[in-house]
Amino acid sequence: MSINNHEQLLLEGLAKNEQKAVETIYRDNYGIIQSFILKNNGYPEDARDVFQEAMIVLYEKASSGTFELTCQIKTYLYSVCRRLWLKRLQQSQRYTATIENIGETITVDDDMTAHEKKDADFLLMESALVKIGEPCKRLLESYYLEKKSMPEIAKSFGYTNADNAKTQKYKCLIRLKKLFFAQYKNGG
Amino acid sequence: MDDILLLDAVERYMKNEMTAQERVFFEELRKNNPAIDQLAVEHLFFLQQLENTAQRKKYQHALHEVENKLVNEGVISKKNLRGRAKVVHLWNRYRRTISVAASIAGIVSILTATVFSIYNENKKEKLITPLVDYKFRQVDAKLKQFETQLNEAAVVSKVPTPVKPKFEANFRATGFLIDVSGFIVTNAHVINNAKNLIVENKKGEQFFANPVYVNKITDLAILKINDTSFKKFLALPYSIRKSSAELGEQIFTLGYPRDEVVYGEGYLSAKSGYSGDTSAYQISISVNPGNSGGPVINRNGEVIGIISSKETNADGVVFAIKSKNIYNALEEIKKTDTIRLPLSGSVKGLERVQQIKKIEDCVFMVKGN
Repeated sequence: MSINNHEQLLLEGLAKNEQKAVETIYRDNYGIIQSFILKNNGYPEDARDVFQEAMIVLYEKASSGTFELTCQIKTYLYSVCRRLWLKRLQQSQRYTATIENIGETITVDDDMTAHEKKDADFLLMESALVKIGEPCKRLLESYYLEKKSMPEIAKSFGYTNADNAKTQKYKCLIRLKKLFFAQYKNGG
Repeated sequence: MDDILLLDAVERYMKNEMTAQERVFFEELRKNNPAIDQLAVEHLFFLQQLENTAQRKKYQHALHEVENKLVNEGVISKKNLRGRAKVVHLWNRYRRTISVAASIAGIVSILTATVFSIYNENKKEKLITPLVDYKFRQVDAKLKQFETQLNEAAVVSKVPTPVKPKFEANFRATGFLIDVSGFIVTNAHVINNAKNLIVENKKGEQFFANPVYVNKITDLAILKINDTSFKKFLALPYSIRKSSAELGEQIFTLGYPRDEVVYGEGYLSAKSGYSGDTSAYQISISVNPGNSGGPVINRNGEVIGIISSKETNADGVVFAIKSKNIYNALEEIKKTDTIRLPLSGSVKGLERVQQIKKIEDCVFMVKGN
């Protein structure tokens, strides 16, 4: 039980974006994933990519609020990495019929589907932000992503007052929304 | 109702900033007006998406920080014994292809080098300009000399610092670190015939360097800083890209067309260089003599190329050597020097201004005579 408690705490930390939790999970699991990838036609740099993506999947799951620990973090990460790596091997046609497994796995299909959707949304928002251009991008990022206050933003962008900055922010936001939803609806 | 007012209402509603009265009114409004309700729902969804993006960015940043930390601590190893076995395995599998390819390349390059060398020389001189600054000396160097004299006069009275011997450079270009211990990449044409080489960082500190690798075909050179005053870096902020970059990728560069580091940005416009040269890219960026040897970096903080020349008769047509060539160069010199390329860049996901702040320390002015 104490192990499970420890892991539950780690996941809660992860959901809150605590660097310490990220670091602990990294330290405990990276080695296994790297040796799996290296055993299966990969390089250390592939291992780093795959592990990072798996950490994002874990984060999404931990922060979804409905996460229940049905297996150890180690098993979960390995299952996700295995899926990700098989997919990459197939895409790059390096696929070999035999995959050397190094542990037990659980089904992560639903999580992977959810992750792909979230990833697509994230990329869509990123590209919409690039498309609206400056200074809109900086303005929206300062407020919505970096959580700066309106007076602070007005000052650094040289607006005469916070209300002006606010109006400008909403104008930018309307443009961003248009761009985002145009793609979002197309993409389904 | 005004769009902006409505958006503001939705945001304040979501953040619980409304008074009880306002709240009741707003909820009533939504109930009675389906159009407004739909807009509110849509906006709430959109704000959630923005929030997800914000959280994810923050998290990715934490991931990179942790990864860098662990790479530096050696927890994430750059090489792994079991991994090496696999690499050898792959090497065996492809060795034949590679050696055939290599020998063909060898033959072709020897041919080009001997038979067409004169032709090439002429053509190159006419149509593309290497971006080394040979003129800077006349004005800038004089100024700089005064400055150093003044500085020295000021310093001497206080602390006797070791003063570098006077160094009169007659060209200036750019280079950047590829290894924390002081290996710098630049162009072969930059150091062509130079007797002495000095690299200078943005603080104006100078270090003696000497070439450990020069390849006139790829136009790539690697210098090593041989100077006790050079302090090793802990980590480099960028990584070196091994695979090919994509058409249209946003890129930027830092270089020394002046005595001060200069930033420029543009995009990748073709996957081959001058007259179809596949070892280079064509990029669209504004550069000047002195930019030669500067890194071409994408928004993820990966070095994808090295600026080398521009088309003489066209503006903004610039050629950059593909970063892959750095890896090839390392293969050749690994017998004499071990260079460890940076594995992952810490500037990925950062704002451009922050990226530059971290990167500019690793970009050097390359001077010589």
